[in-house]
Amino acid sequence: MTALRNNLSALWWVPRGIVFGLMAFFIFGPLFNMLLWTVTEKWYFPHTFPLEYGFSSWEKVFAPRGGALESLGNSLVVALLTVVVSLALAIPAGYALARLKLPLRGVILLAFLIPQAFPNLTVYVNIARIFYEIGLNGTIPGVVLVHVSHGLVYAVWIATAAFSAIDPELEQAARNIGAGALRTFRDVTLPLAAPGLMASAIFVFLESLDEFTGSYFVGAPDVNMLPLLLYTTASGGNYQIASITALLLLVPSLVFMAVVERFLKADVLSRVGQ
Amino acid sequence: MSRRLLGLLLVLPALAVIALLFILPLIMSAVGAFQVDGAFGWGNFVKTFDLYTKDIIFTVVIVSLSTVLIGLASIAIGGYLTLGNNPVAVSILRFLYRWPMFIPFIVVGQLMRTFLAKNGMMNNAAVSLGLMTPMETMSFLDWRGIVFAFVWKQTPFVALLVAGAMASLNRDTIEAARNLGASKLRVLFEIIVPQVAVTLTVGLILSFVTMMSVLSVPLMINAQSPTMLTADIAFRVNAYGDYGVANALGLISLVLASSVAWIYLRISLKERT
Repeated sequence: MTALRNNLSALWWVPRGIVFGLMAFFIFGPLFNMLLWTVTEKWYFPHTFPLEYGFSSWEKVFAPRGGALESLGNSLVVALLTVVVSLALAIPAGYALARLKLPLRGVILLAFLIPQAFPNLTVYVNIARIFYEIGLNGTIPGVVLVHVSHGLVYAVWIATAAFSAIDPELEQAARNIGAGALRTFRDVTLPLAAPGLMASAIFVFLESLDEFTGSYFVGAPDVNMLPLLLYTTASGGNYQIASITALLLLVPSLVFMAVVERFLKADVLSRVGQ
Repeated sequence: MSRRLLGLLLVLPALAVIALLFILPLIMSAVGAFQVDGAFGWGNFVKTFDLYTKDIIFTVVIVSLSTVLIGLASIAIGGYLTLGNNPVAVSILRFLYRWPMFIPFIVVGQLMRTFLAKNGMMNNAAVSLGLMTPMETMSFLDWRGIVFAFVWKQTPFVALLVAGAMASLNRDTIEAARNLGASKLRVLFEIIVPQVAVTLTVGLILSFVTMMSVLSVPLMINAQSPTMLTADIAFRVNAYGDYGVANALGLISLVLASSVAWIYLRISLKERT
């Protein structure tokens, strides 16, 4: 009887195997297909796999005049500046939202969601017009400002959650032994909130690295960035270079997915948006 | 200085960025939609509906279809993670489903361009399995490609929210229903889904709005007519410098999205108060 039951439960692995196999194929298939393209020399219809493998496209991408290094550099500079500006805005705002009594607190929190909650394409079109008037279009500060407006919701919401997860008594204790408000913030509150702030920094960094629409209208063609390079090479039909660029953008995203739980602890996560 | 004033001062710079870099251009686009050669009028909308009615319907159908599919897939994933008996199977699923979540849309576009193409891996796999011959393969880089890309990218996000909400439910009612002989499917749709409906709706609405504003996926997968409104707006601006029609198209997608965003605001404000 138990043997029969064991056999039956083993049989369940047939439908499970089929479903998981299909899922794995549809999830990893596109990724694997892209990896193949990054090392393809020759591949055409109707061959299932590339006819020749090689790294010549990698050489082209990283050649001094290949454009990828410039785009990579611009993307990193913009992403880092976006993180700095966003955190400079979000740390005071998050602290105030977590600790100080604010009128209309819920409305203020929701205001930061607006750039994510409305279709942003026409907004970028019009920002590009404003920036054109004041000379910010096609400059790195212009692109950074656009990315900040988009990433601010992560920065502010996660910073708010990180600050509200800290026990206020710890700050009170520091105040009681004579530390001033600023010193308490610098030596007690900020270090305790650091993992949460780190998580929000990573979110903002990735959001900026991956942002396409704003960069397309405000940055291009003067400030070249990785997503724009990916788009231009892909529409030019160069699958190898497009796939290598896609891989460069993909790696930080996957690494982040693997480590996010280390920075974003449950006590902070459960407070996001509250 | 009162704590209220201090708090407002600390929040103000961040709010100013949103006001100047998002709300102001949003208002400009709404006003610009009604401006024809410096005077106010309906000209842009007449032109827009003349040229793009098909694309408006196309966009609504694609985004709605994707939203429904994402909802169903998320319920299935969340349900299995909550009700699955076999711990190995549950952890396999938990490992599998999350991968696409942080992959940027522009990369998703490129992935699908290779995967769904005529000589892409999907067709090749079907040919290798003997399901079709190489001559029968076809490219899926049309509306189906866009739907596939959207569902691929957005399902993990909604499923994560839904699975989280399902995991925090009280297990007693679920166990009680199971003990009384209710099937798992019945438990899922009659007990679990109604309790996570708010989370599911919020996730789906955020996805809906995101999909309405993604430019890279339609540009990469299917930029020919009929295409999505985002691609039309980009084309209008880049090819003709026609900001009037671009803003009118923008306002239309804004109305479409805000009709669902309105539901979101009502839900979250109700939760807050």
